[in-house]
Amino acid sequence: MTNTTPFTLDGMSWDDVVETFDLMDDWEDRYRFIIDLGRKLPALPDDAYDDAHKVRGCQSQVWMLFDRTDGDRIDIRGDSDAHIVKGLIALLLLIYSGRSAAEIRATDARNQFQALDLEGHLSAQRANGLFAMVQRINDTAAAQPAN
Amino acid sequence: MEGSVLPDQARGESGAVAGDFDAHAYRADFPVLGETMHGKPLVFLDTAASAQKPQAVIDAVNGAYGSGYANIHRGIYKLSQDATDAYEAARDAVRELLNAAEREEIVFVRGATEGINLVAQSWGRTFLAPGDQIVLTEIEHHSNIVPWQLLRDQIGVEIKVAPVDDSGQVDLDAFTALLGPKTKLVAMPHVSNSIGTVLPVETMIALAHDAGAKVLIDGCQAVPHQPVDVRALDADFYVFSAHKLYGPTGIGALYAKRALLEAMPPYHGGGDMIATVTFEKTTWNDLPYKFEAGTPHIAGGIGFKAAIDYVQAIGLDRIEAHVDALRRYGEQRLAGINSIRQIGTAEARAGILSFVMEGTHPHDVGTILDRAGVAVRCGHHCAQPTMDRFGVPGTVRASFGLYNTEQDVDALVDGLAKVAEIFG
Repeated sequence: MTNTTPFTLDGMSWDDVVETFDLMDDWEDRYRFIIDLGRKLPALPDDAYDDAHKVRGCQSQVWMLFDRTDGDRIDIRGDSDAHIVKGLIALLLLIYSGRSAAEIRATDARNQFQALDLEGHLSAQRANGLFAMVQRINDTAAAQPAN
Repeated sequence: MEGSVLPDQARGESGAVAGDFDAHAYRADFPVLGETMHGKPLVFLDTAASAQKPQAVIDAVNGAYGSGYANIHRGIYKLSQDATDAYEAARDAVRELLNAAEREEIVFVRGATEGINLVAQSWGRTFLAPGDQIVLTEIEHHSNIVPWQLLRDQIGVEIKVAPVDDSGQVDLDAFTALLGPKTKLVAMPHVSNSIGTVLPVETMIALAHDAGAKVLIDGCQAVPHQPVDVRALDADFYVFSAHKLYGPTGIGALYAKRALLEAMPPYHGGGDMIATVTFEKTTWNDLPYKFEAGTPHIAGGIGFKAAIDYVQAIGLDRIEAHVDALRRYGEQRLAGINSIRQIGTAEARAGILSFVMEGTHPHDVGTILDRAGVAVRCGHHCAQPTMDRFGVPGTVRASFGLYNTEQDVDALVDGLAKVAEIFG
């Protein structure tokens, strides 16, 4: 990542996550870590759990919220009824949330996930719907006027 | 097929009890089952979605393309005629498998889904009228819901749904109460794909016939694991897919009584389904070709026959007993895990175990099981109304095939213990 993302979870940035992942060679530990990250995400406002915020293409239910703040930064929030998917959302937020539309457009989640050896989760056909979430993020960024 | 790895014929013909069912020996016929997943030996428990293929089927498909391939039905040369014979032999095999009266009553389709759409669009649009009623059950696969909704939106028929009780079995009183003079069709699964209930189809068909309705049975989950006799059942339409019967994808069969097929107009137009064509008028080919437009799935048909030969050699009654024994063993083992709640507890059930695990989403369970080398299906299983009925977003489904063993069940239980530990 070229810029430092303002978004952190418990003080942990994306780079911290990559570093922590490097220290774990057991898949169980990695999933535990992802699940814990998901648990750190706050719940969305009650009225966000509706069809408009639902991301299609996920076997579990996924909701995402986008807020334009601080000029051109896009804050992203998300939730899922599945623990692991919620953890994957946390990872996406660490990559994308709080960045400008231009930064989001220039970021390829596939490269980021490669660093975690998780890129397999990103194929269009995977049932976790991560691909659909990345698409929703990119669509939102694309809809923002360029600076 | 020569040189195919058929199981021990003598044992297959003896109709022996499940006790001497040597699933370990049959496993060796399925190359995929020797593979690993995430470095773990593959434990395949998703046969209800699609079954693995024995070498005999793989060889038959390879042979169809490798040594005997030509377009069928029209070629004057030997290669084409041999391919035609091989393909048509599959029709005879399906007829025998279902104990249908005539080979003309077997229509090849892409799969059960196409078979149901064919009946909806050809028979339904011709013989149903606005206000007529179609009765479904609460435990349908989407493939036996959506084609009828399309028909409803086209011609104004009504859809009624027969409820199931808390065990997942159809409530026969409620079903009977839905039947009346307006009921023109009952469409239902023989075995529920999502929770494994075996429906009392014989009784339900008789009740439907008493009301003057025709009956379509979705036999996808029944045909691979139990003997089926469409004449004994007196089914009007019966559909299933080859790929769930250890055969190729892209082909399946629709059985229908001859009189029905004769009265039905073609579903698709094109080559093979015609007798004569002019720009003014076209006449239809004989049954069953009237419903088989275009070049068919030739290699698929040939593989389909190999699959039927394979299960027949083992014995469907023996396969039924085996998957039933595995399901019972699985239930016993799952009962030892407190956080598990089984969905679908009807007395009559096939080799399908559907469950949820407290504090987890089925997707979580499936992801961890995947890493443990255990392939199960997680989600709504294309049966969202069934999930709604039981108030769950989805389930974890382990489904058994002839190649599964008690060790596979043990691997599932070990994997679930890991899930409990991780999410605990």
